[in-house]
Amino acid sequence: MEHTLCFHCGLDATSANITFDNKPFCCNGCKTVYEIFSVNDLTCYYDLQEAPGATPKEVAGKYNFLENTKIVEQLLEFNSDDTQIVNLYIPHIHCSSCIWILENLNKLHTAVSGSIVNFGKKTVRITYNTQKTTLKELVILLSSIGYEPYISLEDYSVGKKKTDRSLIYKLGVAGFAFGNVMFLSFPEYFEVGEFWLEKYKHLFRWLMFAYSLPVVFFSAQDYFISAYKGLRSKILNIDVPIALGTAVLFIRSSIEIMLDTGSGFFDSLTGLIFFLLVGKFFQQKTYSFLSFERDYKSYFPIGITKLSAEGNEESIQVYDIKKGDRLLIRNEELIPVDCILIKGKARIDYSFVTGESKAVSKQSGDKLFAGGKQMDGNIEVDVLKSVEQSYLTQLWSNDVFQKDKESSFTTLTNRISKNFTITILLIALIATGYWLLNDSSKAINVFTAVLIIACPCAIALSAPFTFGNILRILGRNKFYLKNASVIEQLAKINTIIFDKTGTITSNKGASISYDGEVLSSSEEALLRSTLRGSNHPLSRSLYELLNDNDILTLDRYQEYIGKGIEAQFNNEHIRIGSAPFVGYELETGTLNTTVHVSTNNRYKGKFTFYNAYRKGLSQLFNILKKDYDLVILSGDNEGERENLTKLLPPKTKLLFNQKPEDKLEYIEYHQSEGANVLMIGDGLNDAGALAQSNVGIAISENVNVFSPACDAILDASKFNELASYLKISKSAIKIIKWSFVLSFIYNIIGLYFAVTGQLAPVVAAILMPLSSISIVVFTTICTNIIGRRLKHNKSDFGR
Amino acid sequence: MSVIYILLAISIIVAVGFFIAFILAVKSGQFDDSYTPSVRMLFEDEIIKEKSNKSILTKKD
Repeated sequence: MEHTLCFHCGLDATSANITFDNKPFCCNGCKTVYEIFSVNDLTCYYDLQEAPGATPKEVAGKYNFLENTKIVEQLLEFNSDDTQIVNLYIPHIHCSSCIWILENLNKLHTAVSGSIVNFGKKTVRITYNTQKTTLKELVILLSSIGYEPYISLEDYSVGKKKTDRSLIYKLGVAGFAFGNVMFLSFPEYFEVGEFWLEKYKHLFRWLMFAYSLPVVFFSAQDYFISAYKGLRSKILNIDVPIALGTAVLFIRSSIEIMLDTGSGFFDSLTGLIFFLLVGKFFQQKTYSFLSFERDYKSYFPIGITKLSAEGNEESIQVYDIKKGDRLLIRNEELIPVDCILIKGKARIDYSFVTGESKAVSKQSGDKLFAGGKQMDGNIEVDVLKSVEQSYLTQLWSNDVFQKDKESSFTTLTNRISKNFTITILLIALIATGYWLLNDSSKAINVFTAVLIIACPCAIALSAPFTFGNILRILGRNKFYLKNASVIEQLAKINTIIFDKTGTITSNKGASISYDGEVLSSSEEALLRSTLRGSNHPLSRSLYELLNDNDILTLDRYQEYIGKGIEAQFNNEHIRIGSAPFVGYELETGTLNTTVHVSTNNRYKGKFTFYNAYRKGLSQLFNILKKDYDLVILSGDNEGERENLTKLLPPKTKLLFNQKPEDKLEYIEYHQSEGANVLMIGDGLNDAGALAQSNVGIAISENVNVFSPACDAILDASKFNELASYLKISKSAIKIIKWSFVLSFIYNIIGLYFAVTGQLAPVVAAILMPLSSISIVVFTTICTNIIGRRLKHNKSDFGR
Repeated sequence: MSVIYILLAISIIVAVGFFIAFILAVKSGQFDDSYTPSVRMLFEDEIIKEKSNKSILTKKD
């Protein structure tokens, strides 16, 4: 059969048979979007990128909470009489077409006066006229063209948040001063003793002094603050020698120009701060579209529909939900609180919470937990607990979420800096002592020169540039780290703990085995045709598995929620579902999910669903077992134990029936025994364990979808590369150690000049940038070699 | 040779001028998003298409 792809979204459009304007579409939703665009002359959308769109989802009623002005006000960035500005997060933004269409929103709706996309953050900032439209209409318009914004509890009152640009300002000031000071100090480098130079050198020097003031007191203030904090808590961090060097440079230079004994070191001073800030800037750039700090707030909706006693619908804020309220949960909506099901068919997808993708059916009177997503029509529920007291949200009151992992960890740079600072101070004192005895006039010069030249610019730069580069290389390989210190932590890991469901198993396609009587081809056709009508996830995966058969038009079809399906075609009669439903009494008590089949009241057999493990799993475990202790902590029952022991190396520990708190405590216990734990999980039930572990990696099928708070996000397709990523983190540490060696060599050369009392400004001005730049070049080349090796490995893997 | 004072004054004014421009640019958010503008500048040419139909259609009726 010929394959055609949807003109709008690029999905298979063969079976849908919808054409419009001679273009194929996979569904009416996509066709409608195309119609909207073509009527408004916006078909350029399709020229920029092939099939860029997304199928619009049904949103009726979903955004009713945007009628509540109190909620809307919290979302707006700017609000006046007739103009409002809102910043919306749209996960679908992924290509240039997206930018183009969203920035041309004013052609779709006259009320929109401007819209600006931030591609990195996947947000669009829309300015619109409130006389002509409302936020709700705007959101529905965006949804109707396939760009549904994601509005969660996290956005609440976020509209007023300020972005922190202080580093850019500091960098700008330092760069500006550095350039100008270099310019002014240039004549003195040549020391020609020329008449005009002699006459104007005071003016030049005082100008340099003026330029260096903002650098010392504004750009460099973070180093002084950090050094002060470090000293107060009795830690000699890397900022101590930097602050010391900067202070000595500034004071000695000022005294020199005041007493007219020399030109000072303003060029080195400003250059030093500029290079250090460049390193900081380089390291700071991370992935703005990913959020590593997510808690339940980013999953939860802002507003929810409350039903009053008279049956009226009212949108209220999630925080306003009280015990005993009656709520209406619509299709695809998230349940924000623990509650009891009163009315309707509930099929709850707890994948946010557990990582388990199979939906569970619930009967009226059953308890529903917060975090579940309703999949099948509307339901009514009675609230048992408020948002803060619900089972899922209580997990966040645990202390681990308050702890700042970064601050409790001493970095490699800081550990070296301790010995380094002490050594430098010793050298300075010894050299000063020597000169006091021989030529006391030079003593103070030597003392300051040692502190100036030893200012660990190169050391301070090697870590940011190495880690910054590694961060980027890993990011290109779909392993996104929260910040640079995660790399150092990764290198020290000795225990790896995996969650089972959703982490080492794949959500896509479970493996299914059939045992029982062989089905005849007519029975198989009937089975497939029956499954086709059902939306139950088990039916869907079973349907995908069966061979293509003619689709029969069934005479009778009946679905029994929570039990199974019954269907009839001519004289054939089939029942699919749970064991009692098909009339099979001898349930063997298996722990795995099963679907039983009977035809014409005769039991045929059962399909058993096994977890499908990720590709390369046992290979990965076999590589990892050499260097790490491996543990699997699963919240599930022991149904898969046998399967896992076969698949994984014998040393692997397997623990089942672990509740979220159990996982957290297990990690805590092992850390107290001295283990450095890497936790890999996916669902919100792992959130506590991810926070407690030294490094928590969230695995995600789609990085734009939500993952719990963690230190790193790993794309599921790269799961089998984990071992090589861990290896890279170790190589990064090696590179840094080598660059330390390199910068020590520079320091020894510099110290020779300083100790012998012949440190001229021009020597300092050459040595400092030279050492910094060569360190940057060294680390960049080394990390790129590592990155290339990673790509090389991958091509081997493919073969 | 007091011309050097004039030259220095000019050089400082020019430098400070650029510095102020930089501060204003940061303040207006130019450095917040360094990717989107690079794509946006390539659009201009494609939008010139003549607008034939003035009706605004937001939802298919």
